[in-house]
Amino acid sequence: MAIPGQKIPSNIDELLEGLWKQNPVFVMVLGMCPVLAVSVSAVNALSMGLATTFVLVGSTLLVSLLRNVIPREVRIATYILIIATFVTVVDYLIQAISLAVYDALGAFIQLIVVNCIILGRAEAHASKTPPLRTVLNALGMGAGFTIGLLALGSVREILGAGKLFGVTLFGPDFQPWVVMVLPPGGFFVLGAWLLLFNWLKTRKPQAAQPAEGHVHGA
Amino acid sequence: MAPESLGQIFLGATLANNFVLAMFLGLCPFLGVSGKLNTAAPMGAATTFVMLVASLCAYGLNWLVVHFDMEFLRLISYIVIIASAVQLVEMVLKKYSPTLFRALGIYLPLITTNCAVLGVALFQTAREYSFLQALTFALGGGVGFTLALVLMAGVRERLQLSRIPNVVQGTALTLMLAGSLSLIFMGFAGMGAGE
Repeated sequence: MAIPGQKIPSNIDELLEGLWKQNPVFVMVLGMCPVLAVSVSAVNALSMGLATTFVLVGSTLLVSLLRNVIPREVRIATYILIIATFVTVVDYLIQAISLAVYDALGAFIQLIVVNCIILGRAEAHASKTPPLRTVLNALGMGAGFTIGLLALGSVREILGAGKLFGVTLFGPDFQPWVVMVLPPGGFFVLGAWLLLFNWLKTRKPQAAQPAEGHVHGA
Repeated sequence: MAPESLGQIFLGATLANNFVLAMFLGLCPFLGVSGKLNTAAPMGAATTFVMLVASLCAYGLNWLVVHFDMEFLRLISYIVIIASAVQLVEMVLKKYSPTLFRALGIYLPLITTNCAVLGVALFQTAREYSFLQALTFALGGGVGFTLALVLMAGVRERLQLSRIPNVVQGTALTLMLAGSLSLIFMGFAGMGAGE
């Protein structure tokens, strides 16, 4: 986002923003509904991530191209219509490519319309940025979202079913941790990931201090 | 037509398949507005109302869309209807209860992007509910959403008085709590089967 007074980010920065610094899943905690509902297995997570990325890139590109045409008063309604159009496209696309994936994701493909990340990006970024940078930013955000989904989906699949991408990982004696593929598991795993990131964040300043101040102990 | 009775649909949407805790719909307001009890309950009521209106309109729209053989327009027309319903609620609240209007703030227009509302419309279409069934489903979903929101707000108000380690503060803790609540609600899952 180009805030006046701040230096304008380079194209690379635009791409990387969504991957790490503003990761939609782990940092902004946006669009949680599909993240938790679909991340039962890694395959589902990946397809959902790709579908969302497609809608994100397509709709933000269109919003960016039309940013000087859309009247301010009806902009949100216009954005939603643009997003809904792309979601309809993706809905039929997935149906054509793989019925199995379509059935597994169910209503959550159509629910991409109400994913806050997309509307948020359209409003906060695409509506004031030229097309190329918008696409880069959307690609980064989409990739960040997909990585977040995969991180959740693989943990849940490994713990809950003993598999990853459908390949059995452990011996026959493995007791699946069934709760992980059930709804509570989604909350727990995402909570645990956020906990990990919080912990890393609080650790960093602590690790830096002793090195500067010659405090004894490791 | 689905063979479920109205009572089953209502209880299913409220408890066993609670929108928030079992189907992960409407998590944004669930995480955002569940901090205080006195905003959680009105938010739930507003969402329930929007759900009922959306369900009603979606039923009519679906008939229209199928009648004219234009299923590809279904999603777009649903979202437009929901946005208008939210606008209506917003105007009514602003007129009759300005304090509540301010308390709900940004989360009120965000009901438009509440997946629970669109979820109601989409699920009732997918399950081919009749008119009454659809309304019951919407009401059950709304009550379930309110229930989850109020329960969560109660727990979080309590937690403000206790000492929490810094690491777990914020969304991480809320998610862990939601997980525990979800675990509890899973206990209701057996109810439908024993019929």
